[in-house]
Formats: sequence, C-alpha cells, structure tokens
Amino acid sequence: MSRREPGGTPARVQPAPDTGAEPVGPGGGDGGLRRALAALWRDPPAVAGTVVLLLLVVVGVAGSWLAPAGVNDVDVDRMLQPPSGEHPFGTDELGRDVLSRVLVAARVSLQVGLVSVGIALAVGVTVGLLAGYYRGWADAVLMRAMDVLFAFPVLLLAVAIVAVLGPGLLTAMVAIGVVYTPIFARVTRAGVLSVREQVFVRAAISIGASDLRIMRRHVLPNIAAPLIVQTSLSLAFAILSEAALSFLGLGVQPPAPAWGRMLYDGRGFVTDAWWLGFFPGAAIFLTVLAFNLVGDALRDVLDPRQLTVSEARRSTS
Amino acid sequence: MTGGDATTGGVRPGATTPHQPTGAAVPGPPAGAAESVAELDDLRVWFPARGGPPVRAVDGVSLTVRRGETLGLVGESGSGKSTTGLALLRLVDPTGGTIRVAGEDVTGWSRRRLRALRRRVAMVFQDPQASLDPRLTVGASIAEPLIVHGLVDSAPARRRRVAELLDLVGLRAELAGRHPHELSGGQRQRVGIARALAGEPDLIVLDEPIASLDLSVQAQIMNLLRRLQRELTLTYLFIAHDLAAVEHMSDRVAVMYLGRIVETGTPAQLYREPAHPYTAALLSAIPVADPAVERHRRRIILGGDVPSPADPPSGCRFRTRCPQARPDCAEQDPVPVEVGPGHLAACRYVGEAVPAMRADPPVPRPAEPGPHPAGT
Repeated sequence: MSRREPGGTPARVQPAPDTGAEPVGPGGGDGGLRRALAALWRDPPAVAGTVVLLLLVVVGVAGSWLAPAGVNDVDVDRMLQPPSGEHPFGTDELGRDVLSRVLVAARVSLQVGLVSVGIALAVGVTVGLLAGYYRGWADAVLMRAMDVLFAFPVLLLAVAIVAVLGPGLLTAMVAIGVVYTPIFARVTRAGVLSVREQVFVRAAISIGASDLRIMRRHVLPNIAAPLIVQTSLSLAFAILSEAALSFLGLGVQPPAPAWGRMLYDGRGFVTDAWWLGFFPGAAIFLTVLAFNLVGDALRDVLDPRQLTVSEARRSTS
Repeated sequence: MTGGDATTGGVRPGATTPHQPTGAAVPGPPAGAAESVAELDDLRVWFPARGGPPVRAVDGVSLTVRRGETLGLVGESGSGKSTTGLALLRLVDPTGGTIRVAGEDVTGWSRRRLRALRRRVAMVFQDPQASLDPRLTVGASIAEPLIVHGLVDSAPARRRRVAELLDLVGLRAELAGRHPHELSGGQRQRVGIARALAGEPDLIVLDEPIASLDLSVQAQIMNLLRRLQRELTLTYLFIAHDLAAVEHMSDRVAVMYLGRIVETGTPAQLYREPAHPYTAALLSAIPVADPAVERHRRRIILGGDVPSPADPPSGCRFRTRCPQARPDCAEQDPVPVEVGPGHLAACRYVGEAVPAMRADPPVPRPAEPGPHPAGT
C-alpha cells in the first residue's frame, strides 16, 4: 500500500518520531520499501556493502570489456610476474593477466550465487510455508525430505548431484541450489509456526481471507527478516561452494575463469607468487562481506518499527 | 455425564423455548424486531487434551442474537465466552450442536463456504495491537475485507471506502498510511472496528474489545460502539468480564459459568434481581461507589476455584461453589426456568437460593468445599 493519496505531499523519507504515542505531522503514506532504503542509506557499513555489490554487478555485466587483456592470452615470456603497472594483479603460471581473469570471473560467481540461491529460496520457502501453515502430513512428509537432504555433508551432496547430471556451470548451480534448499525450508517453517498463531492471522481468517492470501500477505512479510538474512548468508556460501566445486573440477570448466578455481590453482604458488591466490581470494572475501553487510542492514530496516540500522543496533544491544 | 440435552444449561429465549411466550415480553431491540441474526443450539466445543478427557470449553450453550440488539456475554475467564464467540465465526470447530447465521445452518459448512459467512459475521479482538498485522498499513488492514469479498472494484474506490470507514470510527483519513505501531491503543482499536465494519456484517462479535485499553479510552470506545450501533443498526455479541461495561452496553445479558449459560435477562432484571446464585455472587463483587452503602453491603464470597472444564461437576456446574447447594443439585442438570419476562435462570432452587444467600449470616466455610457444602 505504498500509493499515496492524490494531492498528498510527496512521500517523505523523513521518519515520524517513533514513540508509539499520538502520531504528529501529515503525510504518513510513505511506502515501506522507500523508507527502508532511506534508512539503509544512513548506515555506513550498509552503504559500503551496497557500493561493493553495485560494483560487482557492473563488473559482472561488463567484465570482459573492462578487462585489460583477454582471459586466455597466454604469454610464456611473462609467467608468474608480480603485480606491476602493466599487470596490476600480476600474471599466472601461463602468463595470463590475473586482473582480467578476476574481473571476468565475477560474472560466474554472481550468476552461480543468484541462480542457486534463487532456486533454494523458491523451493525452500514454498516447502516451509506449506509445511508450517498446514502442518499435519504435509509437514511430516516435506520436512522429513528436507531432513534427508540436510543430513548429507554439503559438498558431498553437491558432488553427488553433479556426478549424476554431469559437470558444468548449470549443474553446479542446480546442485548448490538443492543443497541450500533445506535451510530455507527450515527457516521459513520456523517463522510460519510462530506467525500463524498470531492474532492478526486469526483476524485475517475471520475476515474470510483465503489461505493463499494469508500466506502471501500476512505470513510471508512477517518472516521476511530471517529470510533476507539467510539469503545474504547463502549467497556468500553459494559463491564459496562454487569455488569448491570448480576446484574439484565439477563446476566451471577450465580455461574459463572462476574465483574458486583460480584460488585453488594458486595454492601451489603461495610462497612464490602470492598474488595468484590473493586477488581471487580477496574478491570472494569482499563479495561475501558485502552480501552480509547488506543483508544485516536490510533485516533491521525492513522491520517497520525500526527507523535506522544504527537505531536498531542500539535497541538490540 | 453426557453433554446434556438441548435445554440444559442453555437458554433459548426464542420460539422454541417452551416456557416463554415469544415476542413482546422480551425487551429486545428498540424496534421490537425479533428476527434472529445468529442462533446457537446446544453448542459444544471440546478441545482434545493430551492424556486426559477433553476440555469442555463450551458445553451445551443455546442462545439467540436478534437483529439490532446487543447481547452481552459475561463470565470469568475460562467460562467459555470467548470460545462461544469464536464458534459463531466457525473459527473453532464445534464438537456438537448447531450454529445458525441469518437462518442458515453453517455448522457443517466447508472452508470455502465459510469465507462467505465471514463477511456476515465480523469480529473485533481484545488486543488491537496483536490483531493488526504490523507489516500492513492501517488502510490496507481496513481494506482487506473489501478486497477479499470483492466489494470494491478499483483502487480509488477502495481508498474512498477506507477513508469513509476511518471517518466513521472517528479517525482522520490520513491515518490510512500509518502502521499500527504509530497509533495509540485507542486508535488501533478504532481501526479494528473499522475493519469489522468494512464488510457490512450482520453481526459483530466484540471479544473483550475494551479489556486491554486504558480506562479513559474504554469509555470512548464503548460510546463509539453504541453510536455506530444506532447509526448503522448493528447487532453485537458483546463478550466481556467487566460487569459494568456489559450493563452499559447490552440490551440483554447472558451469564456463563463453566461452559454453560446460567442466567439470561435484561441488565435491569439481572442486576436488580439476580435469580441464579452465581450471578448474585458475581454482582456482589462490584464495589458500590458510596462508602456508607459499601460498608454495610453483604458480599457473597465464593470459596474454591472454578472446577476444571475437563472434569466438570455432575448436575449443576456451580454446585461445588454454590453457598446454597443441596444434595440433589448433583443429580440433575438444572433446566432454565423463567423467573420474569425473558428472564431465565438455570437453577433448581431459583426462587429460594438467592434470597437465602442474602438473608443468611455468612457461613464459615469448610476448607474444602466438597459436593455437599454448607447448608446441608
């Protein structure tokens, strides 16, 4: 309900004093999202995280144009060169420009993260919502299936799925998606179980709202916070999982660049050529950190009772 | 014992009650219309309990709510009054008996059909903070019945209707964009009322609508409810434990004890001449605002606790705490007896018990009031 009354004041992102008492001032029609974004903007770590993520997106989209050299331009005369003006991130054991490879690999990492977490989110939330809302046999069957998935070590399960479907980027994404589905199902179900007992859900039933409407309009928004946090964490872990799979030869196939692959390829040279592992590692680190910062901030800000991230932190600490 | 037959414990001041001539005698709604909006007949709601007998929250309640009236439903907590209200919307499933709304038996309706019922019967909840979705704006909450039942066909029409409803409950239209946490308790309850009004229901179940509000706000909300009733010809089932509020609000009052209705009548009848010992005891707990009267007032102190609804006493439910209980109270469920026009009490010693309670010097009570307490 973010639409404002016609002729009303333009949505003001300035928050009303949140005292719970008589509200003052006109124009309370600000949309929740708008307000959340405004609040996000006042939190320095969140801003930093957002900037990094935006950069990552730009690089992911335009990496191959930004790269100073081709990713597979082998130059045997310049193998294992340390960072320099010509090669800011140095060169690898085949004389390829590390900077270019890191930039181009951003797309793979982003793609894997978004697609696999997207799969996990869609399936997991649906499963958790149905299980938690309807309980009974649906709950038992769905959650036992999730438990079975959950019981496998993450990497082992991913390897098994890739083994069945054949290696490659797409199967890696599917495998990682499947691996992270149970977490989303559990987080969702736990939230649904508490929200469905709330009086406002009973009120919605008393109005005659359908189950679907109640789940969509009342239950889901009220469990968004843990889901958002879980999503940001999972994005980070999915990128790490892809790195692991690529290292095992089950993800992105060489010579296509991928951070994980580069990181693990560089492991043999840590003492001689630190830059081989450092730059892809730093890229993973920054990406994971950025996702976590933004996810953290979003959780605080998406609660309509909170106004700013720092305020939320103060009230919880 | 079994759940009791259709007449025990319940009062049906309608056409089917044998000892009551239908009609004019009952001071119902001002218009005198006797059309019933909702009827409960021998309603039973039992909740399964783990490793024990079911909890008989409601156990044989029969009542009729007539168009345009306020029926007050009083009782202490655990008496089953809220469960009765929830059953009217089929928010809890009845174990037995029938629920009729606007003449239609809705007892066996499917979930799908029930959604239509829920436009006809609306509910206002006790805690307005908890009953409004914190994520939705006030306007969205009020608009929900409009959307669910397809009562408006465009967003502008919806906004107009929401503004209209806000105005009706005495709130400014700008509040539509606020979230519940930005409102005061009284404002929130007004929103709850506006939401209940949105579908133009035949009956509004008010489940302790003022119990969680500040004293000063309680009066405002009660006055609002009464004004709305006058202006829109609403029908209320007013559930409360506050006797003064019920007297103020209701055209008729039903007193519940342990899942049964023990007495029904107008506030004047009940408050002036309670016929059931429980009602008399309940009323004597209200302090009088006159120290001279209060000093000499005889209070009836009930001993013991309310028995477990999982294992109610045989015969009269109240006998374990009744100062006037006699041995044969344990044997039979008391049948509602008419003690005045439209005034019914379910007590075997209806003419004697209450006067005796008032006349007797306070009896030193035994430590454990058994099935045969003082007086026998």
